[in-house]
Amino acid sequence: MLELALKGDKKYWGWVIALLAVIGVAFAVYLKQLDFGLGITGMSRDVSWGFYIAQFTFLVGVAAGGVMVVLPRYLHDYKAFGRITILGEFLAIAAVVMCLLFIIADLGQPMRAFNVILYPTPGSVLFWDMIVLNGYLLLNIVIGWNVLEAERNNIHYAKWVKPLIITSIIWAPAIHTVTAFLYCGLPGRGFWMTAILAPRFLASAFAAGPALLILLCLIIRKVTKFDPGREQIQSLAKIVTYAIIINVFFLLCEVFVVFYSRIPSHMSHMQYLFAGLHGHGALVPWMWTSMALMATSIVLLVIPATRKNESVLAFTCVILFIGTWIDKGMGMISGGFVPNPLHHVTEYMPTLPEILITLGVYATGLLVLTILFKVAVGVKEEAGGLKDTCESC
Amino acid sequence: MGNSRRSFLKVAGITALGIGTKPVLDVFASSGGHGAEPKPEVSQNEEALTAKKWGMVIDTRKFHSAEDLDPIIEACHKIHNVPELTEPKHEIMWLWGDEYKHVFTHKEHELINDRIKHLPFLVLCNHCEKPACVRACPTKATFKRDDGIVLMDFHRCIGCRFCMAACPYGSRSFNFRDPRPFIKEENKDFPTRMKGVVEKCNFCAERLAVGKMPACVEASNGAITVGDLDDPESEVRELLRSNYTIRRKPDLGAGPSVYYIV
Repeated sequence: MLELALKGDKKYWGWVIALLAVIGVAFAVYLKQLDFGLGITGMSRDVSWGFYIAQFTFLVGVAAGGVMVVLPRYLHDYKAFGRITILGEFLAIAAVVMCLLFIIADLGQPMRAFNVILYPTPGSVLFWDMIVLNGYLLLNIVIGWNVLEAERNNIHYAKWVKPLIITSIIWAPAIHTVTAFLYCGLPGRGFWMTAILAPRFLASAFAAGPALLILLCLIIRKVTKFDPGREQIQSLAKIVTYAIIINVFFLLCEVFVVFYSRIPSHMSHMQYLFAGLHGHGALVPWMWTSMALMATSIVLLVIPATRKNESVLAFTCVILFIGTWIDKGMGMISGGFVPNPLHHVTEYMPTLPEILITLGVYATGLLVLTILFKVAVGVKEEAGGLKDTCESC
Repeated sequence: MGNSRRSFLKVAGITALGIGTKPVLDVFASSGGHGAEPKPEVSQNEEALTAKKWGMVIDTRKFHSAEDLDPIIEACHKIHNVPELTEPKHEIMWLWGDEYKHVFTHKEHELINDRIKHLPFLVLCNHCEKPACVRACPTKATFKRDDGIVLMDFHRCIGCRFCMAACPYGSRSFNFRDPRPFIKEENKDFPTRMKGVVEKCNFCAERLAVGKMPACVEASNGAITVGDLDDPESEVRELLRSNYTIRRKPDLGAGPSVYYIV
C-alpha cells in the first residue's frame, strides 16, 4: 500500500520536501549536540529535564488519545467512527515515533540506549515505559495496516486482529499511566507527587489527541476527496468537551489540595508557575495564557451553537491544543524542578538549538503522519470515500 | 521467489526479536531467586577498610564559616577529578556547602539562632538505605553495595537523568559537556568522566578499598567521621550515642546515612 504515498501532486511533494528540509537542519543541530553534549540546551543541574522530555510527555498523550476513536468503534460498535479509526491509529503511530525520538534526543549517551534492554531493570519505571511505548507502536502498526489492507481489498480484516485491537484499547491508557508514574513516584518532588497525575495526564490526552484529530479531519476534507464526515467530527468534539472539562476539574482539585494544605514543598511549584517565586516568574504569562485558552475552549465547546459550527470548532481545537500543550509541554516538567530539592530557584528556558531539534522531531512526526494519512486517504478514495458508509466495517 | 523472501524476512524478524528480548525474558525468569549466577571470586585487599553499613557523622560545631569547608571540598574534588566549570548550570558538585534553610528544608524557622542561620553545612550524597536513584535507574548503572555505599558505573550510564529527578537531596550532577578540559590537575589514580553521564560522591570507595579514609575525613581535622553504623563499638555509633544528631529529610523514608551534629 505504501505506493499510494508515492503518487501526489506538487503541493504534496512540496510539503514533504519542506518537512525534509526542517529535519535536515535539525539533524545538523543534533550532530552538534552529540558533539558538545546536552550543554547546548537550557537544561541545568537543577532543571535536569526540559523541553525534550516535556514534548515526549505531551505526545504520549496524543498517542493515547487515538484510542478515543478506536474504543467507541470496537467496544460500542459505533459505526460512524469506522470511517476515521485508521486516522486515530496512524496518528498514534506518528506520535509514538516522536516520543521515542525525544527520548533519544534527551539521552546523554544515546549510543548506549540499548543498555536498557541489555541490563533490564523491572524496578525502574523507564524500563516499563520502553516496553509500553514500543508495544503500542507495534500494535498500531500491525492493526492499522491489516485493517486498512482489508478495507482496500474489500474483505473483513483477519480474525487474529480483533484480540490485538482489544489489547490496544487497554494499552492506550497504560502508556500514559506509566509515563505519569515516571514522575509521581519520586520522593521529594512535591509538584508531581499526586495520585491524580496519571488521571490528569489522561484527561488532557483525551482532550488534546481528539482535538488534533478534528483538525486533521478538517484538513483532509479540504485537501483530498475523502470526507471524514460531519457526524464523526461532532462526536469527536463531544469527547473533547468532556475531556477538557475533566482536565480542568482535576487541575482545580490540585489547586485546592495544594493551597488549602499550604505545605510549602507542594505549594512552591504552583506559586512559581502562576505567580513567580523569589522574583523568578518566566513561566507565569505562559501558564495564565494556558488557563485562558483552556477556559475559553470549554465555553466554546459547551455551547451547542459554537460547537456545531465547524469554523468555530476548528478555532476552539487550535486554542485547546495550544493551551494543553503549554500546560504539559512547558509547565509540567520544569515546574516540577523549580524550586529544586534545596529550595533554590534555577529557571529554565529552551535554547535555540534545543527548539530546532524539537522542531526536527515534530517534522519527522509530521512526515510519518503525512505518509500514513496519504496511504489511508488513498485507500478511502479508491473505495469511494465520498459515500457515507464504510463498506468493510 | 516472493514467498521465500517473505518467509526469510519472517524468520529473520523473529530471530532479531528473540535476540533483543532474551535479556528481558531472562530477568523475569531469574527473578525467583533460584539458580543464582556464580559470582566471580575477587580477593579483597587485606588492608581494605570494611563495614557492614557505612555511615558518616559531620560535627558542624567545628565549622565557623565557608572558608572552613573549602579545603575539605577541594580535597574531594581534586582527588576525584571533578571539573571546575564556570557556567553554574553545568556545575559538577560532589561535596559542597549550603545554608541551614536549604539543607534542612523541613526544619527551618525564622527565629533560629544566628550561628546556625549563617553556618554553611556540608552536603553530599546521603548513601541512602533505600535509594530512590537506584530504584529509578533503568540500567543498574547506579547501584547500592552490600556495605551501603551507592555507586555509579560511568560506563553503563545512558545519561537519562532519571536518578537526578529521583534524588530528593539534589546530590547528583550531570556532565553537560566534556569535563576533561576543566580539570586543573588530573589525578591519574581516579578515572575522569565523559560528557553525558551522571556522577556524585562515591564515599571514597576507591580509597576505602586500599585502607585509606575518605578524602573529606582526612581534610576535616576531625569534624567528619565515617564508620560502621552496624557496629555498636564504632566511633560513629559513639558519636550518635553522645550527641543529638539530625538527618536531611528523614520523613521521606530514604534512610540517609549522613548524620549532622548541630
